[in-house]
Amino acid sequence: MGQALNPDHTPYHPKWYRRRIPIFWWLSKRGYVKFITRELTSPFVVYAVLLLLVQVGALARGQPAYQRVEDWLGRGPVVAWHAFVLAALVFHSVTWLNLAPSALVLRLRGARVPDGVIRAAHFGAWAACSAMLGWLLLGRV
Amino acid sequence: MSDSVTIEVRRYRPEQESEPCWESFEVPFRREWMVLDALNYIKDHLDGTLSYRWSCRMGVCGSCGMLVNGEPLLTCATYLEGLMPGPIRVEPLNGFPVVRDLIGDLGDFLEKLERVKPWIVREEERDVSEGEYLQTPEQLAAYKSYAMCINCMLCYSACPIYELEPHFIGPAVIALAQRYNFDSRDEGVEERMDVISQQDGIWSCTFVGECSTVCPKNVDPAGAIQRYKVRATADFMKSMVMPWAKR
Repeated sequence: MGQALNPDHTPYHPKWYRRRIPIFWWLSKRGYVKFITRELTSPFVVYAVLLLLVQVGALARGQPAYQRVEDWLGRGPVVAWHAFVLAALVFHSVTWLNLAPSALVLRLRGARVPDGVIRAAHFGAWAACSAMLGWLLLGRV
Repeated sequence: MSDSVTIEVRRYRPEQESEPCWESFEVPFRREWMVLDALNYIKDHLDGTLSYRWSCRMGVCGSCGMLVNGEPLLTCATYLEGLMPGPIRVEPLNGFPVVRDLIGDLGDFLEKLERVKPWIVREEERDVSEGEYLQTPEQLAAYKSYAMCINCMLCYSACPIYELEPHFIGPAVIALAQRYNFDSRDEGVEERMDVISQQDGIWSCTFVGECSTVCPKNVDPAGAIQRYKVRATADFMKSMVMPWAKR
C-alpha cells in the first residue's frame, strides 16, 4: 500500500465526507426559490386574517371606530404596503392551489379524477368566493 | 459538433484528500453515449481508480444516480448529446456521506426503509393450498405507480429537507410505505402509520416537491406524503370526535 497523502487518513478507518450545506442552498434551483418564496409569503396570509379581524372588531365598536380604520387604510403608504401584501397573497394562493392535486386524489367510477379538474375546481371556488365578497363590499357602495 | 467532451468529475479519495476536488477528463463524444458510458471510458482508458456504482444500464437497477450539471439524474439514461458542448460536471448525490469519488453511503436510507416494513404484512397467512391472493385491475392500479420505485435515491438528493434534517425518513421510504398500504393484500397500514406519522416522518416534509420532479419513474413521492398527511389528520380528528372508535 502506498504512502497516504492525507495526514488524517488511517488505513481501515475510512473517513466519509459530508458536505457543508451552503446557507443560500435555496438559490441553486428554480424549484427551491419558488418553494422558499411560497414559505416566506405565508406570514402575509396571517397578516391578512389579522387585518380582517381588526376590521370586524372596529365594525363591532361602531361607526367612528370603523371610520378610523378606513382612514388608516386609505393612507398612501398603507395602500402601497397592501398592494405588496396582495401580490404576496396571490403568489402564495396560486402556488398553493396548484399543489392541491398532489394531496387530493379522487376517484370517480374507478378512474382517477384528472389533476386539471381538481386544480380548476379549487381556482373556481376561489374565484366564486372572491366574486361574492366583491359583490358584498362593492355592490353596496 | 466536437468529437470530444470534457467530463469534470468530483473526486474524493480519502487517503489523498481531506475534501473532494474536481478532476477533468477528455472523453470521445459519441452520439449514442450516455454519461455512464463516458464514466466507463474514463475508468477503462484514463483512470482505473475512478469509483462509482452502476449495473443494468437500462434505468431499472437505480444504481447509477449522480448529480449531472447539478441535477440528480440516472447517468445511464442521460445522453451526452443533450449536455453538449460541455464541460459536463458529475458529482455524487447530495444528502449522503461520500465514501469515495461518486459513491455515497446509503446505510441511512436502508435502515429507515426497514422501519416501514416494505413487504406485505398479513395478520394471518393463507395456506398455499388455498391459492393466490387475487387482485382486480383496479386494485393493482391503486398502488402500481408506487411500485415503480427503483430506489435510485434521486428524490433524496433533490430533497433539501433530508439534508438539512437527517432524521427525516425521506420521500422514497414514504412512497414505498404507500405502495404496500394501497395493496389490497396488505394488512400493515396501522403499523406503518405509527412510524410514518411521527415528526421525523410526514410532518418533516414541507412540500418542496422536487422529489417528484426528479423521479425517473414518475412515482410522485411528494403526492404520497401529502396523502399520508390527509389520512393522519383525518385519523386524528376521528379519534378526537369518536375516541371509542377503532383507528
